[in-house]
Amino acid sequence: MTESKAEQKSASEKKGKSKYDYSNGPPPLNINLAWCKACNICIALCPTQVFEPDRDGKPVLARSEDCNQCAICWIHCPDFAITSNYK
Amino acid sequence: MTTVEKTKAAPRQRSDVILNYLRPKKKFPNVWCAGCGNGIVMSAIVRAIDKLGLSKDEIVMVSGIGCTSRMPIYLDFNALHTTHGRALPFATGVKFAQPHLKVIVVTGDGDALAIGGNHFIHACRRNIDITAILVNNYIYGMTGGQGSPTTPTAAFSTTTPYGNVEKHFDPCKLAEAAGASYVARATVYHAPQLEKAILQAVDHRGFSFVEVISNCHTYFGRLNRRGDAVSMLKEYKERSVTSARAKRMSPEELVDKYVIGTLYEDDKTEFCDEYQKVVDAQMGEK
Amino acid sequence: MVDTQRKLLLGNLACVHGAIYAGMRFFAGYPITPSTEVAEGCSRELPRIGGRFIQMEDEIGSIGAVVGASVSGLKAMTATSGPGYSLMVENIGYAYMTETPCVIINVQRGGPSTGLPTKGSQSDTMQARWGPHGDYTAIAVAPSTVGDTVTETIRAFNLAERFRTPVTILLDEVISHQREMISLPRPGEHQVVDRVKPTASPEEFEPFAHTARGVSPMPAYGEGYRYVITGLTHDAMGFTTNRPDEIKQKLDKLRNKILNFKSEITKLRIEMMDDAEIAFVSYGSVSRAVLLAVALARNAGVKVGMIQLYTVWPFPDDELRDYLAGCHKVIVPELNMGQIVREVGRVLPPDTEIHSLLRYDGEILTPMQLLEKLEEVM
Repeated sequence: MTESKAEQKSASEKKGKSKYDYSNGPPPLNINLAWCKACNICIALCPTQVFEPDRDGKPVLARSEDCNQCAICWIHCPDFAITSNYK
Repeated sequence: MTTVEKTKAAPRQRSDVILNYLRPKKKFPNVWCAGCGNGIVMSAIVRAIDKLGLSKDEIVMVSGIGCTSRMPIYLDFNALHTTHGRALPFATGVKFAQPHLKVIVVTGDGDALAIGGNHFIHACRRNIDITAILVNNYIYGMTGGQGSPTTPTAAFSTTTPYGNVEKHFDPCKLAEAAGASYVARATVYHAPQLEKAILQAVDHRGFSFVEVISNCHTYFGRLNRRGDAVSMLKEYKERSVTSARAKRMSPEELVDKYVIGTLYEDDKTEFCDEYQKVVDAQMGEK
Repeated sequence: MVDTQRKLLLGNLACVHGAIYAGMRFFAGYPITPSTEVAEGCSRELPRIGGRFIQMEDEIGSIGAVVGASVSGLKAMTATSGPGYSLMVENIGYAYMTETPCVIINVQRGGPSTGLPTKGSQSDTMQARWGPHGDYTAIAVAPSTVGDTVTETIRAFNLAERFRTPVTILLDEVISHQREMISLPRPGEHQVVDRVKPTASPEEFEPFAHTARGVSPMPAYGEGYRYVITGLTHDAMGFTTNRPDEIKQKLDKLRNKILNFKSEITKLRIEMMDDAEIAFVSYGSVSRAVLLAVALARNAGVKVGMIQLYTVWPFPDDELRDYLAGCHKVIVPELNMGQIVREVGRVLPPDTEIHSLLRYDGEILTPMQLLEKLEEVM
């Protein structure tokens, strides 16, 4: 299923506009690759497309600067493999 | 009675909270399929309990048999993993023996509504202060994809290979009619609302019932062409309407919709409280 | 001065008295003839002492609630008859696997199926051993009078707590619906055994560890020990296992914890066996008729004795062989189509003559019938 047009538009508006500045601190999120099962939920649900899948399908922080700490990734992770450094 | 509240170093962040509630010495990752809604439910339960500030020692998690019923083993509470369909009577015994305990039952659509159906309606009827979280994935996952009492008419399962001819329960209506005093529905897509429904349910005094629409993409999804975990979650998003909005919709409009939110709540008297009055009266007569 | 400890007591209510004496404070049950008075008695007595009574929606729910209450921390029991016990066996098996103390009273009636609700039998003897599926070792006790229903109920609870196991009390309709004048036990007269609580710290606690006494300590909920109880085959921590060595260890534990300590469980009544050439082996209400028959036969000069099994399971193999070493003929009277007689045959030397005296028409075996059999056998 594809995102609605309104969501695509607001996602592009949000890019690079996260109120968190990660350049001087820890990255926004920690990913426990040992527990991650590559279910793709975090990657697909992230409203600002912070993640990209690696070769195994597990998330990599591709666009940290866009992470708004909305928490959608870690509250949906079924394996408790994501935690945040800021929330 | 001592409460030994052992925590690892206090969590740095709220998102670490779940790690404090995982059973020490238990191996992770959990046994569920990649993307299984059970993990999302477990995460929501932990966050709700953490927000309520409950003591781990006073929480007893009771389950029957099925994928959802594996949950208590992973959490650092008292865990009682019982027989198929029978979580509620065991939970009734636990709660009634020590009414100060917080008893949470996690169960599935088959466990609670097929073999466990009788116990379900009586627990509702008694309005005993137990929270029952029914993870409804519309299928029997653990045993490989057979139909359940919530499998929709015409849907496919391994025991309905030509399409289900039976009708299915609405667990929330069943719970309300049988006497539950708090009834809510959420989906694993709506994780913040799920957490809130669980929190309200655990906090409510009386039989609290939460139905969680959850994805078994391995069986239900595959047999009924619903796609992977992500597409099933997105389907729940599309098909959900809040109870407020649902009141303004016609029955035809509501046909394939999940009505989510708090659906029913009252404050009728609770079973353990009422029995305690009998005990007090009888013991007072000495 | 009135001796307040003397009471004209119904058999079913003797269970209630014995259970409360032993510390029972939780009853969950479902009405079924001829056991219903146990539930009714508990519904009256338990609130008076701060206990808990609940009538569940069925027998399966009843035994579930009993096990839940027991792991929560209370001594718990239920009472039923054959059809109810049949419903309960899955959860009784759960109590075997999880090593949960509890007492199940089976007031036996004629079977199979709905059978004879108002007539007694001993036809659930084997079921008390083999009811649930799988491999486990059972304890079952059999009172024979209203008086020893009180003491056997106390003993059943003590065995349940000591061995962390379900214990079945094999009553029958005959005793349960009889009234006899008895002396109620005084406080302190009988020992009351409680489950052993853990002393290890919660971090070190292994809920199903092997110990010298065969069973692991058992905490109540809320005491700081948060462990996993599951019906799946599990290791010492309670975690599910598929490993052959751990599976065998768990099942060996379920057997050894009982059989290695059989001397604490076996209980017999032996009368006139010293020079006996023929013996009756009986249990339950039949033993009363045997007692009179043996006394009458002795008066007539017959060298006959009796062995009454108070503990039916585990079956007292060694004791029976010892006591019956000098007997070449054994009579086993039962109110069924031959159940405990199979065990007697299993343990005795093959040249022993074992005679079964069976009655399964809903009526009791009389002393006259026993004497006639004795004559026939002699």
